[in-house]
Amino acid sequence: MIQRLLPLALFVGLAVLLFVGVRMNSGKDTSAIPSPLIGKPAPALALPVLPMPETRLAPADLGGKAYVLNVWGSWCVSCRIEHPVITELSGSGVLVVGYNYKDPAEDATAWLQKFGNPYALVIQDLDGQAALDWGIYGAPETFVIDAQGIVRYKHIGPLTREIIAADILPALKGAQ
Amino acid sequence: MKRRLLAIALMLLMCTQVTHALEPVDYNSPAEEQRFKALTAELRCVMCQNQSIADSNAPIAHDLRAEVLRLMREGKSNDEIKRYLVERYTEFVLYEPPMHGGNWLLWAGPFLLLLGGGFWVARVIRNKSGAAKTAVVETDQEW
Repeated sequence: MIQRLLPLALFVGLAVLLFVGVRMNSGKDTSAIPSPLIGKPAPALALPVLPMPETRLAPADLGGKAYVLNVWGSWCVSCRIEHPVITELSGSGVLVVGYNYKDPAEDATAWLQKFGNPYALVIQDLDGQAALDWGIYGAPETFVIDAQGIVRYKHIGPLTREIIAADILPALKGAQ
Repeated sequence: MKRRLLAIALMLLMCTQVTHALEPVDYNSPAEEQRFKALTAELRCVMCQNQSIADSNAPIAHDLRAEVLRLMREGKSNDEIKRYLVERYTEFVLYEPPMHGGNWLLWAGPFLLLLGGGFWVARVIRNKSGAAKTAVVETDQEW
């Protein structure tokens, strides 16, 4: 009897395994790599600042402040989609720093003039060299850095209002 | 017909060109070239996870190839270069995950399954041959 049921039991076992595997990965971007930087000091932002009239800060002023670092480029389609959400976030009083990734200054400036500049400060990484230290591999990506300069959170892909409410704001609250 | 064949031949030619569209590298020596190619083939592209950074055309793969070459020329060992990338992009970048944490299951899993399957098959065969013998005995009795 047990011998007869063995194949069925094996099948059920495999089916459960498959189900759990699919459930664990559904609704999640499986191409997103978790950041090894979480809980570690953020790499230095020793990069040129994109001159914009809205610029309120220098990279040195970020010490002691919690902020959101948003990686974007004028070439990046998802960044355009994400833009209204970033504007809302910055409008709600959150300090948002733009990390302009692999983008010539003229293109970046034109993009911000056209769609509006939500960033208190935009730093420029033209060749993507400094991005390697951040583990950046595309745009958009978003980091939350706390007042002690520790990376608290990273999101890969465009931000949504849901992600901001569920992850970004709580991470910022814990970061003050 | 001839024209079509020519068109197909040209298209095939273009395909080979595309696969070799990665930027040319000026190697200092054949040994460096060999080491670079072997090392980048072992590193997984973070953007397009089914390719190594040696194969990928993604911008980040291009950057990582340049970084690997730079680190090699700084005199870093393969292990140091891998550690550098793991610190930034996690063990995702390694096609051969190191044996620690839950990773031992990845390495040992197939062998454990093979062993378990082997035992099971052996048991089935032993049972079956036992059953066949008794069956023969039974038919003997009927005769």
